[in-house]
Amino acid sequence: MKLLKPSKAGTYESNDIYIMLFPNDDEIRIELESIVLETYGKQIKKVMMDTLNDHNIENVLVKAIDKGALDYTIRARVITAINRGVSND
Amino acid sequence: MMTIFGYKKNYQMYDPKKKYTDKHIRKHSKNNGSNDKYRKSIEDLLDELELKNGMTISFHHHLRNGDYILNRLMKEIAKRNIKDIRIFASSIFPCHEPLVEYIESGVVTQIIAAFISGPVAKTISQGKMEKVAIMHTHGGRARLVESGEVDIDVAFIAAPTCDKMGNITGSCGKSACGSLGYAVTDAHFAKCSVAITDHYVEHLGSVFIEGKYIDYIVEMESIGDSKGIVSGTTQITKNPIGLKIARLTSDVIYHSGYFKNGFSFQTGAGGTSLAVSYYVKQLMMKEKIKGSFASGGITGYLVDMLKDGLFEQLYDVQCFDLEAISSLRDNKNHIPISASKYANINDKCIINDLDFVILGATEIDLDFNVNVTTSSIGEIMGGSGGHSDTAYGANVTIIVSQLFNARIPVIKDKVLCKTTPGETVDVLVTERGIAVNPKRNDLIERFKKTNLPLKTINELKQISDSLVGIPDKIQFDEKIVGVVEYRDGSVIDFIHKKL
Amino acid sequence: MTNIRRSMLFIPGNNPGMLQSADVFDSDSVIFDLEDSVAIDEKASARILVKELFSSIEMSCERIVRINPYDTPFYASDIEAMRQLDIDMILLPKASVESIKDLDQKLIKTNINIMVLIETALGVEQVFEILNASKRCKGLMLGGEDLCVDLNCIRTKKGDELLYARYRVVNASKALSKFAIDTPYTDTFDEEGLKNDTLFSKSIGFDGKASINPRQVHCINEIFNPTLDEINHAKRVLEAKEMALKEGKGVFSLDGKMVDLPIIKRAEKVIELALKLGLMKGTS
Repeated sequence: MKLLKPSKAGTYESNDIYIMLFPNDDEIRIELESIVLETYGKQIKKVMMDTLNDHNIENVLVKAIDKGALDYTIRARVITAINRGVSND
Repeated sequence: MMTIFGYKKNYQMYDPKKKYTDKHIRKHSKNNGSNDKYRKSIEDLLDELELKNGMTISFHHHLRNGDYILNRLMKEIAKRNIKDIRIFASSIFPCHEPLVEYIESGVVTQIIAAFISGPVAKTISQGKMEKVAIMHTHGGRARLVESGEVDIDVAFIAAPTCDKMGNITGSCGKSACGSLGYAVTDAHFAKCSVAITDHYVEHLGSVFIEGKYIDYIVEMESIGDSKGIVSGTTQITKNPIGLKIARLTSDVIYHSGYFKNGFSFQTGAGGTSLAVSYYVKQLMMKEKIKGSFASGGITGYLVDMLKDGLFEQLYDVQCFDLEAISSLRDNKNHIPISASKYANINDKCIINDLDFVILGATEIDLDFNVNVTTSSIGEIMGGSGGHSDTAYGANVTIIVSQLFNARIPVIKDKVLCKTTPGETVDVLVTERGIAVNPKRNDLIERFKKTNLPLKTINELKQISDSLVGIPDKIQFDEKIVGVVEYRDGSVIDFIHKKL
Repeated sequence: MTNIRRSMLFIPGNNPGMLQSADVFDSDSVIFDLEDSVAIDEKASARILVKELFSSIEMSCERIVRINPYDTPFYASDIEAMRQLDIDMILLPKASVESIKDLDQKLIKTNINIMVLIETALGVEQVFEILNASKRCKGLMLGGEDLCVDLNCIRTKKGDELLYARYRVVNASKALSKFAIDTPYTDTFDEEGLKNDTLFSKSIGFDGKASINPRQVHCINEIFNPTLDEINHAKRVLEAKEMALKEGKGVFSLDGKMVDLPIIKRAEKVIELALKLGLMKGTS
């Protein structure tokens, strides 16, 4: 699937993550800010990467501001942003 | 024994089976004949004092994050080109950010404190201070001074109201802060004690620190920002998880066997701790139980309980809000105490009579060791304060914490920094269950007969791990930036520089 | 899942902090809300979040999802997402005979039950038919706020305006052996008011009460718990029954009052509840 336009999902609330997706030239790049970067940064990126792969998304730049979201929230917010970015309405 | 720059060579490592108590209590001796203590300005005073490189100066933290004194004095001292200053402050707060510059330039080479937060803490964690920071407890501070291990050259005492004789009270004045518990020992033992006030009066009736211990008096426009000194009214938490933990904690207290007439109680001013007071109050009224005393940092909540006759006395080492300040002034059963009387291992201290203490934790490990000194990534952001003192003294030490919040878990295999040893911690209360230290079989047996959600600390950790995942290991440099001293003066842990 | 439903706590469906802690507040059932607590633009977002939550985190409470009403564009997608999940019930807002039949159809080949929210004047009048329209339907909740809008009256703390609806829905649900949950008490700071309102709910036959804030759960549970006196009395009734059986007596009395079948049944219910709730510790 191709991301057609920039999209976003999530909030800046504690335990949530704010995700922005931008169309990018054929590669996935992740820029992550997180309050738990040192302890969970790798895991957060992995969850985002896996979710993008599950949805066959290849051409995105992900900018994420994490406020301590658990994996299920990260997945949900990425999926929501994908759904919003791949549709034309 | 490893040698640490800026720390004594003959230090002892913490041993739960031993308590190192000092035998030599230094007697107070003071050259104080002068009736002419008033100096026109800080500049005049500093001209007169023989400031020298390598000296130790002390401060107390009752003005908390509103304190103007430390920054003002350091500015003047730095101007005079004095170097290698050792700051012996009961606590360092974010408002002391200007210290960072002096640490980096070598004006300040060491800090000794019970609690360090904000930019100064960060600077120390980055390894920028020349000598190691020494982090003691509130009781440990009094011990250090009385034993002569820390010799204070000049004690600068923030005095909300001071009279011509040098008598000091914290009860009135525009910067009123209530109890001056942490300053008392400094005044008694420093080679020279200076009262700095913004409310200079002819004569004071009731005093917290007697004028005979004060050598100089200086006026300043303002010694602190009242907004930073006290909070208005401290509020109990609205966070439903905090409330759940507080309610469970009151259940633990109820079923512990120590909840009976004459019991004593201490809790902090955090939102969850206040909520514990709220539920304990309900419980006391319902069961018609009256306590003997509450101690430590005092809030309006405890003041109300004193007024309602639920406690006979409040022993106050520090006031947290305006209600506490006015109660300390007006109620004879609300008693100011010194840090020594509060928690000094060499004193007959109040905390040894405590039944319950409710404490927080940044981390707790499977052996119940607690960290309140560093953050979960190992940066200094606090310190014991009275944490390990009260945990030692109380019959039931209860740690209250969310199992995790914003993906930061509280239970670790091993704490990054040991502030309070596990053998002095009895119960951990989280929103998902209660863990009792296995050495307290008496409590476990009691709780088994109730509906309390008992789990082992390993079980709680498994729940936490399954939700937040296991955090990556934090990387540290070999360099030691801080020594954590237990209340008896032994070394309980080292703080390393962050990579 | 037990059939104990003293408390049902609403948790906003788009709030991760609340969702992941939904089961720590001791509420017997939790209602994960996709309807009123979620902004129109975030309906899909909440649906995905709740779905991911259930796919990865186990909950120790009964799991109920409140979907959006039948006449909204979100209704069908909500059901489509929820039918794949391991949840216990769907709460259907603004329930009518037509909408519950439709929902029942859409849940074919799942184990998901239905609970209806009675919150319109028509819904109150048709409550028996609604409850009876689906075998999946296990009970109802009364929705006082929306009902008052429909009735064009002011919702008061005392709640006289809801009296008719309360009695009627309880009667209908009991007639069909289904459960009935009372409307939440909306002033979350008024503990005394909550207590009185809940005592009333219990007194007229409701099985439990909804809550909109975790703070309310403890109070509600306490009230719906059998009291120590009730438990002790029930024990004595059952002991007396045992004795009577041994002695071959058909009829017996306790404290001078004849004990008949309804009293025995009631006692058994109290003991069953007390056992499940762990309330037997410390009884005489």
